Amino acid sequence: MSIPGEWYLVLAAALFIVGALGLLVRRNVLIMFMCIELMLNAANLTFVTFSRMLGDIGGQVIVFFVLVVAAAEVVVGLGIVVAIFRRRASTSADDLNALKG
Amino acid sequence: MLAAAAIHVPAIRYLAIMPVIVLLGGAILLLAFQSLLRGPMRLRMATVATVAISLAAFGLAWWQWADVEAHGPYTTIAHAVVTDGFSVLVTVLVSAVMALSAMVAEGYLAREGIEGGELHVLALVSASGAVLMAQANDLVIVFLGLEILSIALYVLSAYNHRRAESGEAGLKYFVLGGFSTAIFVYGIALTYGATGTTNLTQLADFLSRNVLIHDGLLLAGMALLLVGFAFKVAAVPFHMWTPDVYQGAPSPITGFMAAVAKAGGFAAFLRVFVSSFGVLRADWRPIIYVLAIVTLVVGAALAVVQRDIKRMLAYSSVNHAGFVLLGLQAASAVGVSSALYYLFAYGFMVVGSSAVVTVIGRHGDRDHDIAAYRGLARRQPLLALCFAVLLLAQAGVPFTTGFLAKLQVVVASVDGRSVPLAVVAMASAALAAFFYLRVTVLMYGPGPDAAPAPVGPGDPPLAVARRTRLNAALLLELAPVAVADQPQRAALAERVPVPALAAVAVGICVLVTVVLGVFPAPLVDFAHRATLLFVP
Repeated sequence: MSIPGEWYLVLAAALFIVGALGLLVRRNVLIMFMCIELMLNAANLTFVTFSRMLGDIGGQVIVFFVLVVAAAEVVVGLGIVVAIFRRRASTSADDLNALKG
Repeated sequence: MLAAAAIHVPAIRYLAIMPVIVLLGGAILLLAFQSLLRGPMRLRMATVATVAISLAAFGLAWWQWADVEAHGPYTTIAHAVVTDGFSVLVTVLVSAVMALSAMVAEGYLAREGIEGGELHVLALVSASGAVLMAQANDLVIVFLGLEILSIALYVLSAYNHRRAESGEAGLKYFVLGGFSTAIFVYGIALTYGATGTTNLTQLADFLSRNVLIHDGLLLAGMALLLVGFAFKVAAVPFHMWTPDVYQGAPSPITGFMAAVAKAGGFAAFLRVFVSSFGVLRADWRPIIYVLAIVTLVVGAALAVVQRDIKRMLAYSSVNHAGFVLLGLQAASAVGVSSALYYLFAYGFMVVGSSAVVTVIGRHGDRDHDIAAYRGLARRQPLLALCFAVLLLAQAGVPFTTGFLAKLQVVVASVDGRSVPLAVVAMASAALAAFFYLRVTVLMYGPGPDAAPAPVGPGDPPLAVARRTRLNAALLLELAPVAVADQPQRAALAERVPVPALAAVAVGICVLVTVVLGVFPAPLVDFAHRATLLFVP
């Protein structure tokens, strides 16, 4: 059985859209982080699929870069969330309203 | 068989990546060695080391410039990194701004009682990311540079853990920055799928030799890349994070962020679009056209209604981003050099301005209402003069770099046959001049103790005089004045202590702005020769 590459691309696009919508709709900061991860992994799936379709190894190498960066990003993000959580014991984005004008 | 499988390692010209190595390596060494020191010496040594590291990168950039002048621009490490006049100018700007910000941050950290120089370490890492973005010749390297720049900036925004606003700024920046990064990466993926490469030179080569019949994938990738860049440089409608982050971040970081993140973001933006997607300029120029108009107008209009000086600087930075977009929209060598000149001039102006804002903010980094500037010229004439010069330069007054910067992008835009855009830009400059002038006039007006005096029935001439002064004050304010209570007003009337290093940094920014404004030839010449490796 062989699955056409386009299916993977469509799946990746769907994952990306789910992630983007989730980020815009959900109010919990931790779930917003997960949505960013979902979007990055959709991009990774696209890279791997194109890499197979084009017969070029470059796309698969990029995935490692993206994985490392995503990990670094989440480490920093969680650190900031913990720092804020110490003050107000809430991870809802709606409570972050000190800055406006 | 085995001999044929030998691994080929790409050749490296170390001079090309020396500034990045010095900034990043310096940051790591600084982090390791400053833990050996204790007490106030720790911060002082960290600042001295940071300035030394930045100056080393600055010197290396000039060495690169001599090399580029003598042997021409080149790519290295399997064409992933490029050294050309364009990248050298951005490196010079970033390392200079880095040194100045470190000098401002020292006084800030000492005042707020934050120990150690980790702020310097993070800023150095961030600066190395900006330099890498300017030197990137591969979309993956652009992505890495962008993330090195951004991740350090997320932490820097949240650095002052005693202020709730700081943490909030960090989180907001992080979530929206992460969102834009994900969009950017997906854009790289689609571009890779459409062209089979992420290398910027090969991309330009591919696009100039092939006409894609089904170019939907490529255009979608290009659009997503554009959105990712627009987020980073704070172009409307992707600017929502800017006011909150600029307001919440520690004040020295606000200036650093405005100068370095914009320089890095625009450097990669210009290189990717003008040089790689140059063939498709008919597709992206209209988008940038609309983006520039909205950015110019919204930035200037919203800056006028702000009462917080840091939010005002944030919206003014949005307005400045619109001007740089003019240079990008021109999509020509002239456009690129005018955009570079603008970034250079803006970098020094904004770092100097934010240094003054840092000093006026006092302990707790709180006094950022524009009322804090009322009558500043009486109390501290020199500080007020420096701030006035920097603000007027941002407004584009002649004999400053700000004027030439605005002039050049407008000329480039007219050359590119976008006359309506140039007209909108000039109109927005006039609107923007209003809020720079408002702060300047406040500084040179009466002090905070003179303004809300009640007018009694007796002594008519004095009452009339007072009323006219009150009316003048109200006219200047436009927004309702928050009447400060007595002790707070008394505190505002005191002189603010100016740390020596911050004063030096402000002085350098003013000197650069005025001297290069009066004698424009060297910098204009530099910007004109600082061309991209490849412009189709």
